[in-house]
Amino acid sequence: MRVVIAEDSVLLREGLARLMEIGGIEVIDTVGDAEMLLRSVERDCPDLVVVDVRMPPDQSDEGVRAALVLRRRYPDLAVLMLSQYVEERYAVELLTGQMRGIGYLLKDRVADVEEFLDSLRRVADGGTALDPEVISQLLVRREGDELDRLTPREREVLSHMAEGRSNAGIAGVLFLSEGAVSKHINSIFSKLGLPPTDSGNRRVLAILKFLQGNTKDRS
Amino acid sequence: MDIAMPQALPWRRAPRVIVRGLWDGRTWLALVHLVTGSVIGTLGGIVIGVLFATAAAGFVTLIVPAIALAATLLFSAALTVVQRARHTAYLGMVWPKDQSPPVTFTPRSLIGVVGSAKTWRQFSYHVIAGVYGFIAGMIALTAWTIAPAMIASPIFGLDSGLEVRHFGMFLGGVILLLAAPWITRGLSELDALFARQLLVGTTRAQQLEQRVTNLTESRHSTVDAADAERRRIERNLHDGAQQRLTSLAMNLGIARATLTDLPEDGKRALADAHEEAKQVLTDLRDLVRGLHPAVLEDRGLDAALSAVAARSPIPVRLKVDMERRVARDVEAVAYFVISEALTNTARHSGAEHAAVEVTLEGDVLRLKVVDDGRGGADAENGTGLRGLSDRVKSIDGTFKLTSPLGGPTTIEAELPCAS
Repeated sequence: MRVVIAEDSVLLREGLARLMEIGGIEVIDTVGDAEMLLRSVERDCPDLVVVDVRMPPDQSDEGVRAALVLRRRYPDLAVLMLSQYVEERYAVELLTGQMRGIGYLLKDRVADVEEFLDSLRRVADGGTALDPEVISQLLVRREGDELDRLTPREREVLSHMAEGRSNAGIAGVLFLSEGAVSKHINSIFSKLGLPPTDSGNRRVLAILKFLQGNTKDRS
Repeated sequence: MDIAMPQALPWRRAPRVIVRGLWDGRTWLALVHLVTGSVIGTLGGIVIGVLFATAAAGFVTLIVPAIALAATLLFSAALTVVQRARHTAYLGMVWPKDQSPPVTFTPRSLIGVVGSAKTWRQFSYHVIAGVYGFIAGMIALTAWTIAPAMIASPIFGLDSGLEVRHFGMFLGGVILLLAAPWITRGLSELDALFARQLLVGTTRAQQLEQRVTNLTESRHSTVDAADAERRRIERNLHDGAQQRLTSLAMNLGIARATLTDLPEDGKRALADAHEEAKQVLTDLRDLVRGLHPAVLEDRGLDAALSAVAARSPIPVRLKVDMERRVARDVEAVAYFVISEALTNTARHSGAEHAAVEVTLEGDVLRLKVVDDGRGGADAENGTGLRGLSDRVKSIDGTFKLTSPLGGPTTIEAELPCAS
C-alpha cells in the first residue's frame, strides 16, 4: 500500500509517517497543503491519501475540498480525512456520490495505533471508516422514533456498523460472539425496515441513508 | 426637597428680591444683551431679509438667486457665530458641540447645507431676532428711561403746583423702575429661549440619536472584538496545544503498542499516561469547539450545531429550519447561546432529555432549548445564563427563561437578522 500524507503540522506529519512505518505501510510523500497534495497524487498515483481538513492558506476546509476533487478525478483512490473536529456536514459531502474507500476520523484516533491502522487498511481496501462522533451527530438530527424501537445494545451495534466495521470488528469491540452480532444486526434491519444486506459498503450505505433519511435535504 | 421649588419662596422675602433686581449684575448684563441684540438683530435681520428676498425674487435668472442664496447662508452662518457669542458673553449660555459633519466645498456637502434643518433653524432665528430684537430692545430701553422721568415728575410740578397726578406719576415711576429689571431679564430670557431652540447645531433629539448610534457602534465593535478574540484563541489552540497533544498521545500509543515486554508497573504507567493524554485531548477539543468552530464560518449555524448537540452528555434532539444563512455575528451569538444552554442543562438541570429548535422566520431567528430537568434556574443568579442574556441583547435580541421549580426549563431567544 502506497500512501501520501497531507498535513500542515510538521510534528503530526512526521508522527503519522512513523506510525505507518510501524504498520508496514509505505509513505511515498508527505505534503503541507492541498495544492501540493493534488500535484503529488497526479505524479505518484498512491493507493491512499491521508488528508488534514484544515490546511493553508485559509485554515478552513481546504482538505475536504481537495478530497472532493481527488475523488472525482481518481475514483479508485482511497481517502482518509483527519481532523481535530469532525462535522457530519463534511462527512455527508464526502460520502455523497461515491462511498468506496472513504474514511473520516478525529485526529485523536491516531493515539490508538492498532485500531487506527485497522481503519486505514479498511479504507485502503475500499471500505469505510467513519468516526463514532459523526454517527452521533447524525443521530441528534433524527426525527421520528424508529430508532427508539432499538434496544441500547442494538443501537451500539448500529453505530459500529455505520462506522464501517465488519461483523468480526463489531464483535471484537463489544466483546460479543460473531453469531450474537449477526443476530442483533438481523433484528436491527427488520425493526428499521431495511433490506438485509451482507457486510461491507452496501450495508454502511443503507444505514447512513437511513440516518440521514429524515433530516432535510440539504444540498 | 421643597427648597428647590420656586413657590416655596417665602412671600415676605419678595420685596427684597424685587428691589435687589435693580443692582443685580444679571439685570445689567441682560440689558446690554437686549441693546446689542436690537442692533445686531435688526441690522442682521435687514441684511438677511434683503439677501433672501433677492434669492427668492431673482428666479428669472439662475445665477443671481444662486449667488444670493449662497450669500444668505454665508451671512446666516456668520451671524450665528456673532449671536451665539452674544448669548455666551451676556447670558453665560453654553453651546453643545456641533456634531454635524464639517462643511466642505463639494456639491454634495453644499446641497446638504441647503437641505439641512439646522441651516434653516438658524436662518429663522435671524429673521425673528430682526423683529423681536428690535421690539425687546425698545421696550427695555423705554422702561429704563421713562421710569426715572416719571419719578422726577413731582419736581416739574413744584412750579405750577403739585397735583395728585404728579404723585400718581411718581408712584407709577417707582413701580416701573422696580419692574424694569424683571422686564429686561424676562425679555432676554425669551431671546435665550429662541436661541436655544434655533441656534444650536444639533437639537437634543439629534444629540440623543447620535449618542445611540455611537453606543451601538461601540457595542458592536466590542462584540466583534470579543468574537475575533475567540477565533484567535481557537486558532492558537488548534495550531499549538491540540497538535502537540495529538502527537503526544500518538507517541504514547506507539510506545504502548511496541513496548510489550515492559515490567507490569511500567506497562500500567504507560497505559495510564496514554489514556490520560487521550482524555485531555477530548476535554480540550470540547472546550475549543465551544469557542468558535471553523465549520460555523464555512457551513453556517445549521452545520455547526450537529456537533454541539452530539457533544452533550444527555441525549439531545436537534431541529434546524433555516432556508438561508444569517449574518456572522447572529450566527455566532446563536451558536454561543445554544452551546452554553446545553452545557448548563447538562451541569445543573438533572435532565434526561433536551431538545433544540432553531427556526428562521422572515427576519427573526428563533432559538428554543428545552429540557426535562428539575427547573428552578434563575437568570439573575446563574452567571452562565446572565451571560447568555447579555450576549443576546448585544445584538438587540430578546431572551426569555422559563424555569418553574420541578421543570421543565425553556430558554427562548429571538435574534433580529434582517438580510
